[in-house]
Amino acid sequence: MSLSGFEVEVERTTASGLETEEMTLNMGPQHPSTHGVLRFVVKADGEVMREAIPDVGYLHRSIEKISEKVGYHGFMPYTDRVDYVAAMFCNQGWGMVCEKLAGIEVPKRGEYCRVIAAEFNRIASHLLSVGTMVLDIGAATPFFHAFREREKINDLLEELCGARLTYNYMRIGGVAWDLPPGFVEKSIAFLDAFEPLIDEYNDLITYNTIYLGRVADVAVISGPEAINYNLVGPNLRASGVKYDVRRDEPYSVYPELEFDVPVGTGEEGTVGDCFDRYIVRIREMQESCKILRQCFKQIPDGPVIAKVPRKFKPPAGDAYIRVESARGDMGWYAVSDGSEFPYRCKVRTGSFAAMAIIDKVSRGLMIADLVAVIASLDIVAPEVDR
Amino acid sequence: MDAAAIHQRLKARLEANVGDCDLQAKDPFIRVEPAAILEVCRFLRDEPDLQFDVLSNETGVDYKAKGIIEVVYHLYSYPHRHALVLKVDAPRDNPVVPSVETVWKAANWLEREIYDLLGVTFEGHSDLRRLLMPEDWIGYPLRKDFVEPEEYHGISTRRESLLR
Repeated sequence: MSLSGFEVEVERTTASGLETEEMTLNMGPQHPSTHGVLRFVVKADGEVMREAIPDVGYLHRSIEKISEKVGYHGFMPYTDRVDYVAAMFCNQGWGMVCEKLAGIEVPKRGEYCRVIAAEFNRIASHLLSVGTMVLDIGAATPFFHAFREREKINDLLEELCGARLTYNYMRIGGVAWDLPPGFVEKSIAFLDAFEPLIDEYNDLITYNTIYLGRVADVAVISGPEAINYNLVGPNLRASGVKYDVRRDEPYSVYPELEFDVPVGTGEEGTVGDCFDRYIVRIREMQESCKILRQCFKQIPDGPVIAKVPRKFKPPAGDAYIRVESARGDMGWYAVSDGSEFPYRCKVRTGSFAAMAIIDKVSRGLMIADLVAVIASLDIVAPEVDR
Repeated sequence: MDAAAIHQRLKARLEANVGDCDLQAKDPFIRVEPAAILEVCRFLRDEPDLQFDVLSNETGVDYKAKGIIEVVYHLYSYPHRHALVLKVDAPRDNPVVPSVETVWKAANWLEREIYDLLGVTFEGHSDLRRLLMPEDWIGYPLRKDFVEPEEYHGISTRRESLLR
């Protein structure tokens, strides 16, 4: 089978004595439900998938290579493009790994600003994930409800840092700007309005019979399997593994904040099915609201950024940090040789692992289910390719 | 368990193939001979008090001056909540390292990426193809001596100005 052609091949096999037709189909590179430019080569027997081989790399922008050319500060805007749906976490990851290399401590208020920005971004990212998942499966209305709220978060974040998608808000040593005047009040007003809306989503779609038929018991990933493939974040928790970097390897000010870690319970089917991955995200939005409210109560006064030299030269060595992004444990590895430029930078993202498991879980599913699987794993293609 | 204790456990088990443990590094790491990496990883995963059940990250770094490519493994244990870093040095002119895909499935794509970008061959890998770069790409972009080709299938990679 060729991976490079776009042709439809028909093979005839007579292994069982009965003549069956196995068809090789291309899904993508720009299928509307593939969440970015990616491509699947599906080998199907009728409507049942035998294999779905992901072909990635269409969005490879060599971000890791760029880091070696632009210096530590200069790389910050590029990190936005690693995962443009949840750029705050990439900012935070790069900031944290540089701070670990150089031993910089971020001022308390700066850490709170980071958490506030990150949790807003988490809600926005989950809204996009949940909205497009429902859209992919065929229900258009909830998508508009989700995006309506996401716009409001974009407005808030725009007030905070001037951008709606690629924020470039954080800096090595803290954040670029303090919260603008009136931001806290607007944010709390948003949270007051948003929390009841989560119930509205549940009324609209979550327990809808047709929706459940498409997602319950589909593409079940067991806990040990999820760990073996290094699934992270909501995908891991949906498989019943209660692990959250924010709680278990705490960083920033998360130890001072109280929140639950929702896990999949198989309430509409089996633990680790598409529905669990969906509902975990819905519940995480509620937890993020809780975290945000605590942040606005506890945020201390003070500077938001530490003193960091413009010519940033961390001592030679390497460091690895983990940050709980909207798509789970995001690993940042940086090597310094003592110069102004990083010697090597590597990002290990949540979608990367999720993409690798698709071939495994999609075997034996219907072609239409592939869309549900991709959406439920919350894959953002640029995060896979970097 | 911290890196020093794990290092002693490993030393007791696989004397010759386990190198030094750098405890001064930001993330303490243990150097392992390429030939022993598979055995070390199996041991780390299966021992009840270590249980490194997840390969968090695997990547490579090209140290051109030293003539080696270093493969770095970041392990993590969900039951015990501890982490460990392993490093394997492979000669730059012919980097071959055994694959740990049989220990952790996550290594499949991570090793494909290292093969793709740094040209490390993983012995025993089930599907060692390029991952991010096109199949017909020549060279390994993350190597320090990589020179970008002037064109790819007639598409020029040259720009008059970087701002254009």
